[in-house]
Amino acid sequence: MKKLSARRRHPLAAVVVLLFALAVTGGLYAAFAPADTAKADDTAAQSLAIEEGKKLYSVGCASCHGTGGQGTTDGPSLVGVGASAVDFQVGTGRMPLQQQGAQAPKKKAIYDQAEIDQLAAYIASLGAGPSVPSKDQYSPDGADIAKGGELFRTNCAQCHNFTGKGGALSNGKFAPSLEDVNPKHIYEAMQTGPQNMPSFPDTTMSEKNKKDIIAYLDTVNSSKSQSPGGLELGGLGPVSEGLFAWIFGLGALIVVAIWVAARTAKAKKS
Amino acid sequence: MSTATTDAYSADAQGRRKAPAGERVADWADGRLGIYSLAKANMRKIFPDHWSFMLGEVCLYSFLIIILTGVYLTLFFHPSMEETVYHGPYVPMQGMRMSEAFASTLNISFDVRGGLLVRQIHHWAALIFLAGMFVHMMRVFFTGAFRKPREINWLFGFLLFVLGMFTGFTGYSLPDDLLSGTGVRFMEGAILSIPIIGTYISMFLFGGEFPGSDFVPRFFSIHVLLLPGIMLGLVVAHMILVIYHKHTQFPGPGRTNKNVVGMPLMPVYMAKAGGFFFLVFGVIAAISALATINPIWAIGPYRPDQVSTGAQPDWYMGFSEGLIRVMPGWEINFWGHTLVLGVLIPLIIFPTVLAAIAVYPFIESWVTGDKREHHLLDRPRNAPTRTAFGAAWISWYFVLLVGGGNDLWATHFHLSINAITWFVRIGFFVVPVLVFVATRRICMGLQRRDRDKVLHGRESGIIKRLPHGEFVEVHEPLSQEQLHTLTAHEQPEPLELVPEVDENGVERKVGATQKLRVKLSKGFYGEGTQIPKATAEEFQEITSGHGHH
Repeated sequence: MKKLSARRRHPLAAVVVLLFALAVTGGLYAAFAPADTAKADDTAAQSLAIEEGKKLYSVGCASCHGTGGQGTTDGPSLVGVGASAVDFQVGTGRMPLQQQGAQAPKKKAIYDQAEIDQLAAYIASLGAGPSVPSKDQYSPDGADIAKGGELFRTNCAQCHNFTGKGGALSNGKFAPSLEDVNPKHIYEAMQTGPQNMPSFPDTTMSEKNKKDIIAYLDTVNSSKSQSPGGLELGGLGPVSEGLFAWIFGLGALIVVAIWVAARTAKAKKS
Repeated sequence: MSTATTDAYSADAQGRRKAPAGERVADWADGRLGIYSLAKANMRKIFPDHWSFMLGEVCLYSFLIIILTGVYLTLFFHPSMEETVYHGPYVPMQGMRMSEAFASTLNISFDVRGGLLVRQIHHWAALIFLAGMFVHMMRVFFTGAFRKPREINWLFGFLLFVLGMFTGFTGYSLPDDLLSGTGVRFMEGAILSIPIIGTYISMFLFGGEFPGSDFVPRFFSIHVLLLPGIMLGLVVAHMILVIYHKHTQFPGPGRTNKNVVGMPLMPVYMAKAGGFFFLVFGVIAAISALATINPIWAIGPYRPDQVSTGAQPDWYMGFSEGLIRVMPGWEINFWGHTLVLGVLIPLIIFPTVLAAIAVYPFIESWVTGDKREHHLLDRPRNAPTRTAFGAAWISWYFVLLVGGGNDLWATHFHLSINAITWFVRIGFFVVPVLVFVATRRICMGLQRRDRDKVLHGRESGIIKRLPHGEFVEVHEPLSQEQLHTLTAHEQPEPLELVPEVDENGVERKVGATQKLRVKLSKGFYGEGTQIPKATAEEFQEITSGHGHH
């Protein structure tokens, strides 16, 4: 105790106390925080999906999109958007909206896939629209990566950047980064054109071309893509490169210069 | 000696040892080049020591690194816009149509041994070269090292910076990738906005309609031959002038306008500079080995029908990008012609921004009427107006850089790009003024602090209790050296208008320029621009200590 007391004014004492307090709070939180919301029952009968979806819709969506999906001043009509749009918007957590803003950001999905399917079934029942793609539609296997790159640069790069790192749109809107986005969601986004994105239906961009684009993104912008030149610096181009050159390039050289200048030869006293 | 020959030529060498190899080589060379006197005069040249004097060295060494790596790259680069189909190892480009230039850059990156590293060293060194020149220039500016006799060298340095910008621009345009192609298109647009001759210049430069098939080979000649050639000459001239003028030094005891206090070139600076070259090379090589730059394989080949968001130039061209991005898209249409002010005005401001800093030395010497030689540097605080002007210029430049990256500011700080654009539009006019005022105040505050330090000494942190209970902090007097350093600067008086009637009653005309000059000079040195430095009398009075602490 005496030892502890003697060191209580040590310059690092505050840091140690802070770290200790943080560890304790974190530990307590982890121990007592409520577990994730219970999983909804997966076994809802398929025939009841629309009925169940309507219930979910009334609770989670109707306040903005209207009780029958006809839309209000706060949210667009959902008649004819199709199951694909629901699967994208709810599956990426963009809907339900947390707050009105320039654009709905991606966040943690609050419905599980079964609930999303029910919601999608209900919305699809309001009017015909694109349905959720199947795995062999969006799977990048066997697609032409180079062609996908060309298509991406022609159709997508204007907003999403060369390799899908994202970019700014007007008034706080933005094209999000496409890194590690589920291929299904990329396909659905192209199909339905969510938010500020134009839609690329099969008549504009064939199923095969969509696959090519997905394969390209999978190659150049996913956690398994390689960067032959080293750190990517966000893949944002010359701005991050310039910042890096100034801070780590010139910064390091100035540190070296200070070091060299500080070590000067001593003049010999004669 | 026992092996001495009877050779007539070495007869006189008998009894003496042969001179060391180095001496013989030196003798040989001196007999043919007369280098002895040159070396004698320069090998013991004195250079003062300060880390900021090495910024120029950073530039010189990165320039050398750029030349060395650039030569390697030319061995593999094909400056041609002939169309070809890629069959190399990089899968996402296989089967793509692209120019020879782009294909050979991919080849350098993926097939040539060490090619990618050398490419990255070349590009990183270029960014650091320009950044180094910028900081070096600011060092020279803020310390007043540009004053007579160094104005021409200031201009040489400035020209090197501008030429470096364009060498960089023509360089990163060579791979013919989508990013740089967008930059070349930008340049073409700027050229087209020039009234009357714009279209002709564009047709001439690109050999027809943009992009044509000429610009890569033309940029190549400009990038590897014309601009670096001029730059190399300027670098040599720059350094000859540095030696001729001798290096400036910070004020200090024993340092005057007539001497240079420091270490000799040989051996101290030879070792230091030689070592520093390898340190610079090492840092740049390490960065190039760690971080990718301009990954053209991810960017793709240039096609005029494609464009990406986040298309910015390298940082040194960033302020021109900012000018274009924040300029409203004004245009005037008359008689079937269009004057694209939205591009033309930025094109005019672009050289103006650069010229503002370049001409400053001449404006300062005109305003202040100071035509004397200066070899002692100013501490920035002791030249508040100059320091404030420099800081304002930097803020101007950086506001434009923010404009050039407005989209990334928007996405990374969750702001509206429109708000940033408006910030830059207003900031373009307002920020430099605010920075000017604030910097001048800060300089004055620092001058006050110096004065206080000279007169009252350094705050020691020791609290003393006097017999009657008062607590005082003990101030430690400064050493003689410190006192000298803090008071060595001169405080110039502003110019005065000569009286309109001289002592003989003869009227004399005072021109408008003279009036302006006096006014500006008052702004430079007049009231409220400097704190009178402590005089010897004040110092005497206080240190003689009459109940003072």
